[in-house]
Amino acid sequence: MNAETGFRESASKALGDPQIRANFRRAMDGLMAKRAAQFPDPADLEALRSLGTAIRARSLLDLPRLLEQLEANCTRNGIQVHWARTCEEGNELVLGLLRARGATRLVKGKSMVSEEMGLNHFLEAHGVEALESDLGEYIIQLDHETPSHIIMPAIHKNKTQIARQFSQKIKDARYTEDVDELTALARKVLRRKFLEADAGLSGVNFAVADTGTLCLVENEGNGRMSTHVPPLHIALMGLEKVVETLEDVAPLYALLTRSATGQAVSTYLNLIRGPRGPEELDGPREVHLVILDNGRSRIYADPQLRATLRCIRCGACMNHCPVYTRVGGHAFQAVYPGPIGTILTPQMEGVGVRHELLHGSSLCGACSQVCPVEIPIPEIIVRLRREATHRDAASAVEGRGTGRTATEDLAWRLWAAVLSRPRAYRLAAWCATRFRNLIPGGLPLLKAWTLARTRPVPARRSLQERMREEGRIHG
Amino acid sequence: MHPERVYFYGTCLVDLFYPEAGMAGIKLLRRAGVEVLFPEGQTCCGQPAFNCGYWEEARRVARSQVELFPLDLPVVLPSGSCAGMMRNHYPELFHGEPDEARVRAFSARVFELTQFLVDVLDVRLEDLGEPVKVTWHSSCHALRDLGLAGQPQALLGQLANVELAPLARERECCGFGGTFSVRHPEISGSMACDKAADAAATGAARVLSTDGGCLLNVQGALEAKGHPLRAQHIAEFLWERTHER
Repeated sequence: MNAETGFRESASKALGDPQIRANFRRAMDGLMAKRAAQFPDPADLEALRSLGTAIRARSLLDLPRLLEQLEANCTRNGIQVHWARTCEEGNELVLGLLRARGATRLVKGKSMVSEEMGLNHFLEAHGVEALESDLGEYIIQLDHETPSHIIMPAIHKNKTQIARQFSQKIKDARYTEDVDELTALARKVLRRKFLEADAGLSGVNFAVADTGTLCLVENEGNGRMSTHVPPLHIALMGLEKVVETLEDVAPLYALLTRSATGQAVSTYLNLIRGPRGPEELDGPREVHLVILDNGRSRIYADPQLRATLRCIRCGACMNHCPVYTRVGGHAFQAVYPGPIGTILTPQMEGVGVRHELLHGSSLCGACSQVCPVEIPIPEIIVRLRREATHRDAASAVEGRGTGRTATEDLAWRLWAAVLSRPRAYRLAAWCATRFRNLIPGGLPLLKAWTLARTRPVPARRSLQERMREEGRIHG
Repeated sequence: MHPERVYFYGTCLVDLFYPEAGMAGIKLLRRAGVEVLFPEGQTCCGQPAFNCGYWEEARRVARSQVELFPLDLPVVLPSGSCAGMMRNHYPELFHGEPDEARVRAFSARVFELTQFLVDVLDVRLEDLGEPVKVTWHSSCHALRDLGLAGQPQALLGQLANVELAPLARERECCGFGGTFSVRHPEISGSMACDKAADAAATGAARVLSTDGGCLLNVQGALEAKGHPLRAQHIAEFLWERTHER
């Protein structure tokens, strides 16, 4: 996916939509409160975060070996493992698996990797019906939309909007705003689809290398239905999702559900060990695991940027982000919105084409403060801003140096020339204070500032000037 | 351990927009029995260029500033953001540079003003003002980058006639973010307006903060919306409340 318009433009559009503003503010306030209630003791939280961070960091340190071990153990369990370097390869792999079995009806549990691949579009173009079964994903699929949040894909819509949509798009549905009735409506449609489906697809929250287990965290049971009812189950994962042991899963799971939705546990935690055994009465006949790279191994190669891959996709950074809360997920024009998207998307698509997005952060640090695996998001944003404008020979960042403009270059050079010379600064300060009311309001930066604020007026005399007059300055 | 002398670093925003806050900070330190050295040649900590990825330019400016503080004395700043830059990010900025060790030694001496007043000087304040209600904006860099842990509130808590009204979403960014405020003025402006509205809703007469950037931003939004509430630097407020007129 490419940025069709700049982030500033799409964000401005979202800011002008009172429905988006209200829906996100209400939802994010609720999610922040729920998360806070799950972590009453700051010391416990910090201990758990440290453990989670250590587990993810250790897994990444040993990533190549763990991936090989995962493949070996999955294979032993009867899960067939496939590797995809690019989204195109991933799509072809999935299509190939479906075609070989004559499958034309696919039900999907939630998978952000499938969004990354644009799998639904690809399959539909090749004659396969791909139906989302996660309620939120189902809602947005009815309107041909993309997720606006990685955990709650339809969070940009409120109850009334969904009620209207269901009454128009689901056959024989009567208008209701009752949430239970709305859920029952979707359930009725989806139940039939699960039974009719030729194949099911899911994501993976954690893949355990030493047992070959795929862990799937969900609340609706649609994940279990998608992975157990159809005869073929295809699981998609990014190559960073591996951990070493089942013991590693427990703290990460505790962090994931609490950080994401403020739940101590999710309704379902599926541990998938392979296809139906010879004595078993249910479960898929075949299980396949597709492991996607799509730029991850390049991120992995950089010791600082590697922290990006610690992410367990809880979405807490979005829920706590003052920018995301105001503009919503779609304004980011990316699969992964919010703070994690701000560091992930430019690394996948190129820092130059996403330069505007990289500057769409006040670096307030709310994201890294709540991140369950302590990803230093503001630091990585600053690093990527640097990569966007500088071509460092030692770096492998996609699109490095391509965001550089002569204007910005010149501006910073002038800035440094003045501020590294005290005499020049003194003169500039003297001018700013003496002509404080004469600074032209038409200057682009001032014009931007005064969109929502009055113009800042310098003091009559600077602090240094006053100190100098009082003879208190030390030269 | 009570230091006899400290350096004071004014920061560019206080120098140009809030000199009163700088003067107040210096007076608070002096009243606590500390001699304040204010070196000539101060400009900016370099944070804007650092945050935008122009590290070479940031280093040029930072280097010119580190030179001004040769003695092994604490360096006190009336800003959490600039203190965070000098204390936490200079070591990163100078990583691998020939003067890295010198810069690191400098960074270790950097303190934000309220941090220094509480943690090092353990000051006691006596409130001489009329009863007033204020609210607190916890600047993000002071809170999360520098890691201020309630020092400003502790100082305000010593003032008998000051009521501290809780601000809704106190820890949410006001939208300043340096160049963010002009690169993304629509988002930044909407954050500033929300902060101004939350502050106005407290019924306080002042919204206080440790940082000039937040003050400019919140004050600008308050004025644009016609709220009478004023944004003020905590140093200026503390001095105003506690000195004999």
